Amino acid sequence: MPDVRAIDYAGSERLTMNMGPQHPSAHGVFRAILTLEGETVVGVDAVIGYLHRCHEKLAETLAYVQYPSIASKTDYVAAMSSELAYVMAAERIGQFEVPKRAQYLRVLMSELQRIASHCLWLGTWCMDMGGALGGGATIFLYCIRERELVLDLFESLVGARLLYGFHQVGGVRYDIPEGWTAECRKTIALIEQRLDEYEAMLDDNPFFTMRTKGVGAISRALAQDVGVSGPLLRGSGLNWDLRRNQPYSSYDDFQFDVPVQAAGDCFARYRVRMVEFRQSIRIIRQVLDGLPAGPISSRPGVKSLAQVKVPKGEAYARVEGPRGEVGCFLVADGSNKPYRMKWRGASFSNLAVLPHILIGCGVADVVAIMGSVDPVFGEVDR
Amino acid sequence: MTAGHDRLTDVRAREMLATVAGVTVSGTGATIVAEVASDHWREAAQFAKDALGCAFFSFLTAIDWKDQGIEVVAWVDNLDAPFAVELRTKLGPGVTACASIAAVYRGANWMERECFDMFGVRFDGHPDLRRILLADDWAGHPLLKSYAVDTPHPPYR
Repeated sequence: MPDVRAIDYAGSERLTMNMGPQHPSAHGVFRAILTLEGETVVGVDAVIGYLHRCHEKLAETLAYVQYPSIASKTDYVAAMSSELAYVMAAERIGQFEVPKRAQYLRVLMSELQRIASHCLWLGTWCMDMGGALGGGATIFLYCIRERELVLDLFESLVGARLLYGFHQVGGVRYDIPEGWTAECRKTIALIEQRLDEYEAMLDDNPFFTMRTKGVGAISRALAQDVGVSGPLLRGSGLNWDLRRNQPYSSYDDFQFDVPVQAAGDCFARYRVRMVEFRQSIRIIRQVLDGLPAGPISSRPGVKSLAQVKVPKGEAYARVEGPRGEVGCFLVADGSNKPYRMKWRGASFSNLAVLPHILIGCGVADVVAIMGSVDPVFGEVDR
Repeated sequence: MTAGHDRLTDVRAREMLATVAGVTVSGTGATIVAEVASDHWREAAQFAKDALGCAFFSFLTAIDWKDQGIEVVAWVDNLDAPFAVELRTKLGPGVTACASIAAVYRGANWMERECFDMFGVRFDGHPDLRRILLADDWAGHPLLKSYAVDTPHPPYR
């Protein structure tokens, strides 16, 4: 008799499937060890750490003037927000003043960064969900096209497209060059128009709604308990945005709405981010209209490592990054380097919700849910 | 979340927290710092969540104060009232055991694993305490002050 393995068609036979670490939908390096019963996920072990560089130890060895440009490399698709959290923590302990113009420029760059980051999220997520969405790569290429325009703005500002080193303790390092404002207005007007096109392709697309509505729901209680933040938290019915609830960097000077969706599923997170795109554009217009004249930093340009000394003390500074609460808990001992730095990556906590929501989903849903979480592994692993 | 939390102020929360056994309250304004005796760590976290409505778990980490030992810090927010509670507990010189609050806040699960990975703090009652960012065979805990930055390790693992 040939050795034929009995197949249990009732579906109680379990299969362990390894997804990653090299998987196109991981948007980085992430390994999920899934236990399956048929097509249904019954167990998840998330393996992270592939991009770990021990930023927190590194920060203890680098001066306050050095680390901001390294902080870019935590969340490398939203470097502007990561740097900001670090310099804000140092400013809070040292009570360093930040000129109004610098505060407005920080808001301006954070919002442009949100647009660029959300473009990357929408493009890659729709590509993950595959051919059903107009040939798979269509939305991806559209979104990347628009993201490039924002990166062009950053490039003409600081000379770099991905990791900027824009912020410094006490202000910012670069002022906007001539003609930049007009270019910026043109870019956001174009993106605003393109957003309508994305929504026309997706909102009522039956393939898209089938794959996102009711998929990967996070309850209000679970969202808070795990500490997910940003669009995930707001997509689960919680009206919480650090820009409005704990305004920093003059965010209270601007009018904007905080989108909230009750459903908690992938579609709710999609809707929240699409509104955030437009609200970012709204904030950018207000910043450009009201940009005050004056210095861009209360401190001179960086000339030596000992230039910034932060008095003994502790502070936790957090900003609303594109993925949620990016926080820096800083313990200073009076020298030019922190005694201890804890980085609270939004993606780390957002990813930690996966083992709670993947159980009971189909294998294909894992990809849709992971894309809707929008993790950046530089920030998860730090 | 029960009714009444909407009206809870940081002043009232501070008063309530001060009545909990083993807790010393300090800090000003919206950030309430609660120094907790390490044997009351879990109860204090439970109190912050249930009585003070701090349902949002922001982060948990540790600080190595060298001779004075390790201090564990956790930050939780009340999203309906304008205050946050920073819970802190000193484990004491040479002590690496701490009660786990993973059963109180599910977000503490991964954060405590990271804290174990980086500081070697053993969280009693944690459901799955193993390294999270470093490989299982890594020697030492990098964020301890006794761990030198240039500690040699095999280049490929």
